[in-house]
Amino acid sequence: MNDTPYGKIIADGLWYNNAALVQLLGLCPLLAISGTVVNALGLGLATTLTLIASNVSVSFIRNWVRPEIRIPIYVLIIASVVTAIELAMNAYFHELYLVLGIFIPLIVTNCAIIGRAEAFASKHTIPKAFVDGLIMGIGFTLVLVALGGMREVIGQGTLFDQAHLMFGEAARGLTVTLIEDYRGFLLAILPPGAFIGLGLLLAIKNLVDDQLEKRATRRAEALREAQA
Amino acid sequence: MRFKTFSSPHMAPARSVNRVMGQVLLALIPGTAAMTWYFGWGVLINVSLAVTVALACEALMLLMRGRTLTPHITDLSAVLAGWLFALAVPPLTPWWVTLVGVGFAMVMAKHLYGGLGYNPFNPAMVGYVVVLISFPREMTLWLSPSVIAELNLSLPQTFTAIFAGTLPDGLTWDTITAATPLDRIQTGVGQAHPISEIQASPFFGYLGGVGWEWIGLWFLVGGLWLLKRGVIGWQIPAAMLGTLTLLSGLFWLINPETYASPLFHVFSGAAILGAFFIATDPVSASTTPRGRLIFGAGVGALVFVIRTWGSYAEGVAFAVLLMNMMVPLIDHYTQPRVFGKTTAGKEG
Repeated sequence: MNDTPYGKIIADGLWYNNAALVQLLGLCPLLAISGTVVNALGLGLATTLTLIASNVSVSFIRNWVRPEIRIPIYVLIIASVVTAIELAMNAYFHELYLVLGIFIPLIVTNCAIIGRAEAFASKHTIPKAFVDGLIMGIGFTLVLVALGGMREVIGQGTLFDQAHLMFGEAARGLTVTLIEDYRGFLLAILPPGAFIGLGLLLAIKNLVDDQLEKRATRRAEALREAQA
Repeated sequence: MRFKTFSSPHMAPARSVNRVMGQVLLALIPGTAAMTWYFGWGVLINVSLAVTVALACEALMLLMRGRTLTPHITDLSAVLAGWLFALAVPPLTPWWVTLVGVGFAMVMAKHLYGGLGYNPFNPAMVGYVVVLISFPREMTLWLSPSVIAELNLSLPQTFTAIFAGTLPDGLTWDTITAATPLDRIQTGVGQAHPISEIQASPFFGYLGGVGWEWIGLWFLVGGLWLLKRGVIGWQIPAAMLGTLTLLSGLFWLINPETYASPLFHVFSGAAILGAFFIATDPVSASTTPRGRLIFGAGVGALVFVIRTWGSYAEGVAFAVLLMNMMVPLIDHYTQPRVFGKTTAGKEG
């Protein structure tokens, strides 16, 4: 059995092996639902919940499932979890559920979830699978929210528009209008905006990685010189 | 009598980028002048603004990419991109639309792909499509040539209209703007009016719309000069205009009351400008001779399809971009036979 330390699980999930930015999994909901921050947050949280539940269940039964039939079992587990979450959202966040529409049931096809079940949860203990699901979900949600924020600000000049869908009527005041009298930039809200935005986020991530690597090599060289 | 003989190879002098671009710019002048004549000073202001923005973005991106300014910025490709963008947008387009469109063209469509020679899409058309999709209202602010001739907006008045968005007293946007002839045909046919009735309105001239036909003719003159100088090949313009004529002619013969005539199709909108100046972009168009025929024919067919059944009245920009996407495939299948080899690439 692999034994991954918690620190590595967290660093991987948030950055080095981020579901959206590195594995490039789950792009369909990522691109379709990132029009506003609230939509992005809703879908991100639903995905996170699914990841946690499916990771824990898969990890729980990992010693009893024969490898030949593991994939159908994972699919069954994920489908049941998603159905439960869909019903719950329909009950408690009905308006948000209507906005997100088909993308809630489609979480079941999000490759990131079966990917984590296969690559991580089936080989690790329950607590680690739980943490991995949580962190992977948060990493995915963060990218989703970043993209949603980008598209919402550029596209309609607001942030947290329609926050009441998620946090109740009291949250209507959360909506921030950053640019008064903004004419809107439709391209950012339309699908091309999602692709361009994701491309830019990927570029930023690679840029940061490059800088980190350069700094690390420089530090290593300095250390070697100091030792010599 | 003795002829001087030279030994082979007889090589033509290499054409530098800025020479080619310079000639294309020269060829654009008659059409641009005609456009200024019919649509007023706005055209010239837009061209200068777009060219300035294009050069500024080019310089900025070159600096950010750590390139030297001199050989790249003087190759005139940025000037041409800005100029083409300015010809595509309405004459009184607000300044920020030009800023966004040209900025997107230079930064996203050109330099993020690696700069001149690496961009798969025609930058000017990417910029135009971005603003066309994003600012639908501003992009419909075409003027009516007859109204503009009456009003005779002065240079400062045009300047305030573009930069401050305000018109001289007593004028509103609704009174000076008018749908383009292509728009009129589209809406009219959509409401089941016969074409002969739509074209009876004073906006239509002999070939296309009033003004538009002359603009098209002057672009044609510039384009033919480019052909004669050998700056562009004949394949793309011929294939594009030929396909457009053929398709529209076919449908026109079937029912001249719901399909506009081929002459109207060629002489309205950006068909001629597109055929000679936009689709022939040496970077984003097909490079093989047979490929260019296919590329041009594809653009022509798409223009007709978009104009006739699409939701936009004019489709040159979309058609060019869609065919740009096909270029790698077209080029792959139309490689010319290399001398001494069979078409399959084997030793013959």
